[in-house]
Amino acid sequence: MSDTDLRTHAEEVHDQFSDHLDVTVEEILDRLETLVGEYSVPVDEARRSVVSHYLDEAGLERDELGGRGGNDTVQIEDIDSAERWVDLTAKVVDLWEARSDAVGQVGLLGDPTGTIKFTAWAKSDLPDLAEGEVYRLQNVVTDEYEGRFSVKLNRTTTVEAVEEDLVVGDNDEEIEGALVDIQSGSGLIKRCPEEDCTRVLQNGRCSEHGEVEGEFDLRIKGVVDDGTEVHEVIFDREATEDLTGITLEEAKDMAMDALDTTVVADEMAADTLGRYYRVSGPTMGRYLLANDTELLDEPADAESVLITARSIQ
Amino acid sequence: MSSTPTREVARRAFADEFNDAHYTFKESDDERAPLYVLLPTGEQANRVFVVGTLTETEDVGDDSEYWQGRVVDPTGTFYMYAGQYQPDAAGFLREAEPPHYVAIVGKPRTYETDEGEVNVSLRPESITEVDAATRDRWVVETAERTLDRIEAFDDEANEYARMVEEEYDLPLDRYREAVVDALESLDEESAAEPADGV
Repeated sequence: MSDTDLRTHAEEVHDQFSDHLDVTVEEILDRLETLVGEYSVPVDEARRSVVSHYLDEAGLERDELGGRGGNDTVQIEDIDSAERWVDLTAKVVDLWEARSDAVGQVGLLGDPTGTIKFTAWAKSDLPDLAEGEVYRLQNVVTDEYEGRFSVKLNRTTTVEAVEEDLVVGDNDEEIEGALVDIQSGSGLIKRCPEEDCTRVLQNGRCSEHGEVEGEFDLRIKGVVDDGTEVHEVIFDREATEDLTGITLEEAKDMAMDALDTTVVADEMAADTLGRYYRVSGPTMGRYLLANDTELLDEPADAESVLITARSIQ
Repeated sequence: MSSTPTREVARRAFADEFNDAHYTFKESDDERAPLYVLLPTGEQANRVFVVGTLTETEDVGDDSEYWQGRVVDPTGTFYMYAGQYQPDAAGFLREAEPPHYVAIVGKPRTYETDEGEVNVSLRPESITEVDAATRDRWVVETAERTLDRIEAFDDEANEYARMVEEEYDLPLDRYREAVVDALESLDEESAAEPADGV
């Protein structure tokens, strides 16, 4: 057992009690060292003993540790300080090999806003997380090392598998090019209202639930092309409104006036096709899901290209 | 490869080069295989993206409407044709009031005149009116893509460049000069209309 491992334990215990007691890492480390060094107590037993001591001192039960119940539910991009107790829902993006026996699992968690490293301690006795699964994690503590944040799963963390998948924001891609096509199924569409079914209706029919009263939505399935590569981009309602300046309500009015929903896609095409955009967002299969879209209307840099053109022999 | 056919990239070429792309070919014996023109800088093109000034439209059809549009870039003129099978594009040309800038996504087509000359034209998939900033960006982008092709021309693995050497007898440097001219024309425009925000 090295000093740094003991220090890690001391820091974790400190994290657990920092909301409740005015105790320093050094004091905790001191107690641990006495038990482990002088009395040859195994480290987890030593830690248990130290935790018990502070529980008594703070008048807490073991399962009250770490501010349970009062945590903020955060998104990964919001984690910007250490030693905060938080809850989050995230997907296990990657599992890495643990380099220390003290570490049960280490890897990467992701949610739509980004990714963050996680560590679960071996002694915390937590269920193993599976890669690709989504979990609701309650009572994890944030940490920071050289400006990079991580979360630590500990003895008090509850792990609950969540059925729904979520899109992880870290594989964000940014592309630039001309919008060269708006595909069928774009504009003012209707979706199946059945629970958890958002299929787009074809002639009033859902491929799963048959004829249904659809709910209006906006979407664009577009193609952005830079002359060397083709990207299929999906703009959801918000992104479509942002791209075209046409809101769902306005689109419904337009369709109502024309007694035809296709006027919406036509109008959107007239306003956007052939323009240059910078689009960023996560990728899903062959699609890029547009989060941010920017019309490129600043002057292009002709000078540097001209220099290249003149230099080729 | 996936089972869904991959969409063809829209190539960027100036009118000067596009109009020289006389040679067409298919990459398989399938009747429905895509048709390509061979760009003289060494690339195939099944689709192109063009931005320029629509200067003139004319219904050149005999029995039914068949619209011709002339689109000018800094190096020359693109000719496009739209008839009953391109109703949106034909409608656009019917209503258009040139001159204004347009963006066209379209397929290259070639035809041989009675005199035995090959003409290259565009069959539009879409036409939209755009602004000067989009046009200028297209000129710079098309210049870049053209230079990329010129620089890759001597790569031994560049099969289309080798095809060019078989099929054409055109000096490559001519297209580099066209790029220089096109970019210089942007400079002159901005010098000529310093306060023009359009």
